[in-house]
Amino acid sequence: MATKQSHRLARWMMAPSVFVLLIWMIVPLALTIWFAFQRYRLTNPNIKGFAGFANFEFFVTDPAFWPAIINTLLIVVGVLVITVGLGILLALMLDQPIWGQGIVRILMISPFFVMPPVAAVVWKHELMNPTWGVFAAVSRFFGQEPVNWLGNYPLLSIIVIVAWQWLPFATLILLTAMQSLSEEQKEAAEMDGANVFRRFWYIILPHLARAITVVILIQTIYLLGVYAEIQITTGGGPGFASTNLPFLIYNTGVLGGNIGAGAAGGLVAVVLANIVAIFLMRAVGRNLDA
Amino acid sequence: MGSITLEHVNKTFGGHPVIPDVSLEIEDGEFVVFVGPSGCGKSTLLRLIAGLEDTTSGAIKLDGVDVTDKGPAHRGLAMVFQSYALYPHMTVRQNIAFPLKMANIDKAIAEQKVADAARVLNLTDYLDRKPRALSGGQRQRVAIGRAIVRQPKAFLFDEPLSNLDAALRVNMRIEITELHQQLKTTMVYVTHDQVEAMTMANRIVVLNAGRVEQFGTPLELYKSPANRFVAGFIGSPKMNFLEGAAAGKYQAEAIGVRPEHVRISRDAGEWQGKVGVAEHLGSDTFLHVHVDGVGLQTVRTGGENDYHPGEQVWLSPEPGRIYRFDRAGQALR
Repeated sequence: MATKQSHRLARWMMAPSVFVLLIWMIVPLALTIWFAFQRYRLTNPNIKGFAGFANFEFFVTDPAFWPAIINTLLIVVGVLVITVGLGILLALMLDQPIWGQGIVRILMISPFFVMPPVAAVVWKHELMNPTWGVFAAVSRFFGQEPVNWLGNYPLLSIIVIVAWQWLPFATLILLTAMQSLSEEQKEAAEMDGANVFRRFWYIILPHLARAITVVILIQTIYLLGVYAEIQITTGGGPGFASTNLPFLIYNTGVLGGNIGAGAAGGLVAVVLANIVAIFLMRAVGRNLDA
Repeated sequence: MGSITLEHVNKTFGGHPVIPDVSLEIEDGEFVVFVGPSGCGKSTLLRLIAGLEDTTSGAIKLDGVDVTDKGPAHRGLAMVFQSYALYPHMTVRQNIAFPLKMANIDKAIAEQKVADAARVLNLTDYLDRKPRALSGGQRQRVAIGRAIVRQPKAFLFDEPLSNLDAALRVNMRIEITELHQQLKTTMVYVTHDQVEAMTMANRIVVLNAGRVEQFGTPLELYKSPANRFVAGFIGSPKMNFLEGAAAGKYQAEAIGVRPEHVRISRDAGEWQGKVGVAEHLGSDTFLHVHVDGVGLQTVRTGGENDYHPGEQVWLSPEPGRIYRFDRAGQALR
């Protein structure tokens, strides 16, 4: 089948999609780079022309810059720890033959189908609100002072909300990986005298290594860009307490009307994402090799 | 020591009895093979002994001690699985050492035991490889290595050779038999291959639909099968069965004659027929003869003969080599 002709045909058949993808990627990137070096204020059309590195300087000297970087990384790490940890536990539970398994699994997956802004609204008003939220009611039931989650622990609250959204994804991937572990291997370990915990540690966990890596890599890509939840719940505050890099870019570019500095921030985010990617591939990438 | 006793063991899966009632005495140091067609319950029986399945009723005793309610880890048995069930993320060394590690055995002693097992099994050069870098036979040996380091009371083998090619299977068959002669540990071996059973076992348990049809030495089963099922299952090629008038002549519902006990002649004999297919193996020739009014019969003759398809021949059973069965399939003696 793999004749010269079929190769050429394949190339022609693929060309349109490759072209579209390229445009899709290159044009926004090129525009961002272009704007990052331009004076471009939405508030004042008279400020224009080449800016040199002034936009970058403006962005990284913003007092919110370092908190934003740290918050971005905290969100990524926090959500990863919660989703992978709880995901493994839930997958272990869902892997057991239980009554109503199908329904439990569907319920388990459902948070993933809730759009991020909707989830954020529900969490903000129905659950975390210190006056009429469910958590406040629970606190009062136990005679405790209700906690103002979003006011006092804004970053933690956002991590919890985002983790709730991503937990189904992690659980699902880990559950399928768990189901692919051969029953005979577990039985062999049992015959070899490994108890439940040692079977988990020496057999199940190593088997899950690749799935955990996939979960970490895919989630990291999305977690670096968390935005809607912050916009809806805390607006990045109080102060910069829950401002991450994407939110700072929005603040600078859209709210501040400084498109040039916002674009510069976008490029900083690209660099950060690449640093994280290199770090991750070093740390867990070898798990992907067969 | 490793004698295994099953007393009225019953296993029921969701109301369906897989093993209705089995009692067995396996003596210390014996090599016992469970053999039977697929679905006869032989693997289930092995898993019951291993503790991987719970017995519905009855008792399993090891060295006279009731272990029915003990978990697999506490029975002191080792098992070799059909898929080998090696741990893919561990090296051969770690795989073999795993049961020792789980038993919290001192590292230096464990190291020594692994080295010994590896030497016995010719795995010394492969200790640092991962299972995926090994051939089927080597994986099989790692699985056996993992089983022997613990010095179990008995070894359980669940169709260990069925994933190997024919030539390797013959080699491993001999290796396992030699291992048994060396270790003198009780071995229980499950297979659907009657050749494996005949060549390896001290005693064979023939199972059918969860029932023990016969328990005896290979030659006992060959010479005096208890019933028609055992007679047909043991021996290759299969025993010929004749019913109706041909059997009536011997006062039986059915008679059986093994292919190696049928004489063939061009001139005279008991049954007349026509040669169908001739299978020339070199050492032997299997002739499939269509006997008038009886059906297809297999005859084993010498390697070099000139019977050709379509030829009219006479067959006669060797006297004293005819097995007679009653209506229920039980042997008449």
